[in-house]
Amino acid sequence: MTLRVTRRQFFKLGAAGMATSSMAMMGFAPEPAVASIRHFKLTAAKITRNNCTYCSVGCGVLLYSRGDASINNVDDIFHIEGDPDHPVSRGSLCPKGAGLLDFVKSRSRLSHPMVREPGTDEWKRISWPEALDRISRHMKDDRDANFVGQDEQGNTVNHWVTTGFLAASASSNETAYLTHKVVRSLGMLAFDNQARV
Amino acid sequence: MTNHWVDIRNANLILSMGGNSAEAHPVGFRWVMEAKEKNDARLISVDPRFTRTGAVSDFHAEIRTGTDIAFLGGLINFLIETDQFHHEYVREYTDASLIVREDFGFDDGLFTGFDAESGSYDTETWHYEHDEDGFARRDETLQHPRCVFQLMRAHFSRYTLDVVQSVCGTPRHKIERVWNMIAETVVPDKTMTILYALGWTQHSIGSQIIRTAAIVQLLLGNMGMLGGGVNALRGHSNIQGLTDLGLLSNLLPGYMQLAGSEEQDYQEYIAERARAPLVPDEVSYWRNYERFHVSLMKAWFGEAATEENDWCYDWLPKLSVNLYDVLHTFERMSQGEVNGYFCQGFNPLAAFPHKEKVTASLSNLKYLVVMDPLSTETAEFWKNRGELHDVDPSEIQTEVFRLPTTCFAEENGTIVNSARWLQWHWGAAPPPGEAKPDVEIIAGLFHRLQAMYREEGGPFPDPILNLTWPYRRPEEPRPEELAREYNGWALEDVYDENQNLICGRGEQVGDFGTLRADGSTACGCWLFAGCWTEDGNQMARRDNSDPYGIGMTLGWAWAWPANRRILYNRAGARPDGTPWAPNKALVWWNGSRWVGADVPDFPVTSPPSAGLGPFIMNQTGRGQLFARERMVEGPFPEHYEPFETPVANNALHPNNPLSKHNPAARVFEQDRENFGTLEEYPYAATTYRLTEHFHYWTMHARLNAIMQPEKFIEIGETLANELGIEKGDRVRVSSKRGHVDAVAVVTKRIRPLQMGDRTIHQIGIPIHWGYLGETKKAQLTNALTPFVGDANTQTPEFKSFLVRVDKL
Repeated sequence: MTLRVTRRQFFKLGAAGMATSSMAMMGFAPEPAVASIRHFKLTAAKITRNNCTYCSVGCGVLLYSRGDASINNVDDIFHIEGDPDHPVSRGSLCPKGAGLLDFVKSRSRLSHPMVREPGTDEWKRISWPEALDRISRHMKDDRDANFVGQDEQGNTVNHWVTTGFLAASASSNETAYLTHKVVRSLGMLAFDNQARV
Repeated sequence: MTNHWVDIRNANLILSMGGNSAEAHPVGFRWVMEAKEKNDARLISVDPRFTRTGAVSDFHAEIRTGTDIAFLGGLINFLIETDQFHHEYVREYTDASLIVREDFGFDDGLFTGFDAESGSYDTETWHYEHDEDGFARRDETLQHPRCVFQLMRAHFSRYTLDVVQSVCGTPRHKIERVWNMIAETVVPDKTMTILYALGWTQHSIGSQIIRTAAIVQLLLGNMGMLGGGVNALRGHSNIQGLTDLGLLSNLLPGYMQLAGSEEQDYQEYIAERARAPLVPDEVSYWRNYERFHVSLMKAWFGEAATEENDWCYDWLPKLSVNLYDVLHTFERMSQGEVNGYFCQGFNPLAAFPHKEKVTASLSNLKYLVVMDPLSTETAEFWKNRGELHDVDPSEIQTEVFRLPTTCFAEENGTIVNSARWLQWHWGAAPPPGEAKPDVEIIAGLFHRLQAMYREEGGPFPDPILNLTWPYRRPEEPRPEELAREYNGWALEDVYDENQNLICGRGEQVGDFGTLRADGSTACGCWLFAGCWTEDGNQMARRDNSDPYGIGMTLGWAWAWPANRRILYNRAGARPDGTPWAPNKALVWWNGSRWVGADVPDFPVTSPPSAGLGPFIMNQTGRGQLFARERMVEGPFPEHYEPFETPVANNALHPNNPLSKHNPAARVFEQDRENFGTLEEYPYAATTYRLTEHFHYWTMHARLNAIMQPEKFIEIGETLANELGIEKGDRVRVSSKRGHVDAVAVVTKRIRPLQMGDRTIHQIGIPIHWGYLGETKKAQLTNALTPFVGDANTQTPEFKSFLVRVDKL
């Protein structure tokens, strides 16, 4: 049995509020409403190809975002799904990958540089220039004080081991390459990434 | 992975051991199911727990954690003694025929050259016997008592079924069943693939477990084969890339190495690594080491790197100890010897063993810099969280900086998957607030340091002042520029040996064969050469066609090396150049060159009649059954007990205390005191991951927090009954180093192991919860784990330790 209602009758039914929208969900929509096009949420989205950031299968993902990259218009990712062209994942995502949007949009995402001063119990917001000035000053002071040109046997070693660096196995090759180049130019050796553990 | 994800579908048998890919790599695991459904393959799961992989396996065998060498060593003995090994493959493609020095030996769990005081070996005797020309002596009949084959046979002859049963606790009939199933793949038209992960690496004998697996695959002729190989299923999205790019304390990009402090002479440094063949005429590709090294130095130091200054040899730091790994660094930090530390997308408080020690160590720092998209426990190690993390902020004098970074969805670049594919991705949106890409942060710090060294001076500023920075906007190097740099380019016209121009000045090199040792090329990572050529970005390719119908999509992304998808694929053909079997055809000799479905891993015009070995990176051209001096605890794998073990003795050498645990492992004094005893902590424990979570990241993602909201541990029914624990009870799991509280999941999935008259219980402890994010708050699992690593890599022994369990 099909419930037939006109548009006018449908709006009358609308007085019933939630009940009506539930009816609409079940297919009991008025005929004119059926005839109109309901815009698919993803139609106007920009699609960007990417890869899942979690494990090493490297599943292809499609990032759906709104915005056209014009001035005053901030792109916003609102949906992520598997890339059906990808030869390994063929559009699939696991329970981790299926939650990628919640990672990108996590309430725990950091948005501003912060400092915790010695002995205190709180974060304090600082500017990027201040953060980078202070950190590089620490590095310079420590390197100057502890750089070893020659070891006790007289061997040239040119290393700095009182500051260490952990790099990230979720960062890109490009980040990793530049990080390595800079870290070694400073003479650092206590340098590892998650591959060590 | 020697092979790749899709290739798993070509296997006839899949051995999942030291990993649980159904849970940790679910989408990759679809190719295991594809093999079962379309290739009639069988799946074996060997694991302390009956896992999600076990649930869909054809056969599951339980095993005591940390005893995999015994299980596989017994298999090696079984294959040899029942004559189920691939004779032609072993003779032609492995070092089985090479003869070892007369003074090499093994006795009561120790190889020759052990020094008990230093806990290390003199490896002098661990070599082949050389002839007058410096080549290894051989006996093609494999009968010489000192040929590798006979020594290996004798070594593993102790690994009888009885011994294996008594070490592993696996029921006899299950061991026999697994060995027999594996032995069936010895025929040329059947292959086994081995899938492993951190269940093998995170042991004090981790590297040797993997070596044992490699020996099995060589004996069965499964290396270089379609559907074969030893496949490391790596844990993170770009952990392969960071390893390839050498972001490890002792490495340079492309598996090159930093020099030790005693290596003062550049030519000797190169000679030690540019190793000549040990069998006449072999390729021994590392002979080209200097080409890769000089090209790197030109990429980093440009015109400052000259032949006269040995290409800036002294500009790179030299190692005073073998490794400055993370355990070594945190040990030094705990002693107050480290002042500053950077954590770029890394959460050591959660990820390193013995959390209490890590907390105390971080508290000794003068400054800590955390660069991360997310809030991490490490960045807030100074904050008191009550019983979850009990510290006094006023006593911690560390200055902590927390810098917000972009995540994968907000930047362009490549990551390398486990199959060695470099896949280019694009950012879709800006990051939140003021977050920046890591490269901009690194650039910002570097430029400030450079300016300070220019203005103030300071010790050895040369590498800092002369580091190349060929980026159009120096503060914002673009990923595209960095990718072109690690691919490499010609600084001068490059000619081949016949004086043909192969790469014009300023052009991107097409492959690593173009690189030169005379300073005419620059290349940031020789292994990636070919990824961004004059034809553009090869990593962004998206042609998923598979012309041979065997899952080889050579037009999708780009794989190192040289876009090759299966390593050692020359071994996938017979010595005469024809495929071992029609259904396993991969590359073959067509009369004038090597061709096929993959990029041949071999000199393409070297005919089979020349007889070159297929393992071209090795000095012998052959697969190494005998590791020589390359493994610190011995050239053959030997079973050693975990540092915390639920058994009193090592059954293979019960009367030698020196060989109970890995004799070459490094243990710091304070940590030795922190090992628990069997009497106090009677149960073996192992840590693991769940499919719904990824480390300590997804506890910040709502969907994942909904799926697995709360910390739990798994305990077998028998033990739970003994302890009066019911499912849902809250329990405390304690080790000598700390405790965690969690909900008990009482399960049939962990069975007690019967070993002689003793019953051994194992506890499973997932890792994913902490005290930040969306999930219920809990103590970090690494409060429990021991501070000792694999003797070669120093990867911590997270998978085998002792605990007790108490009902709360």
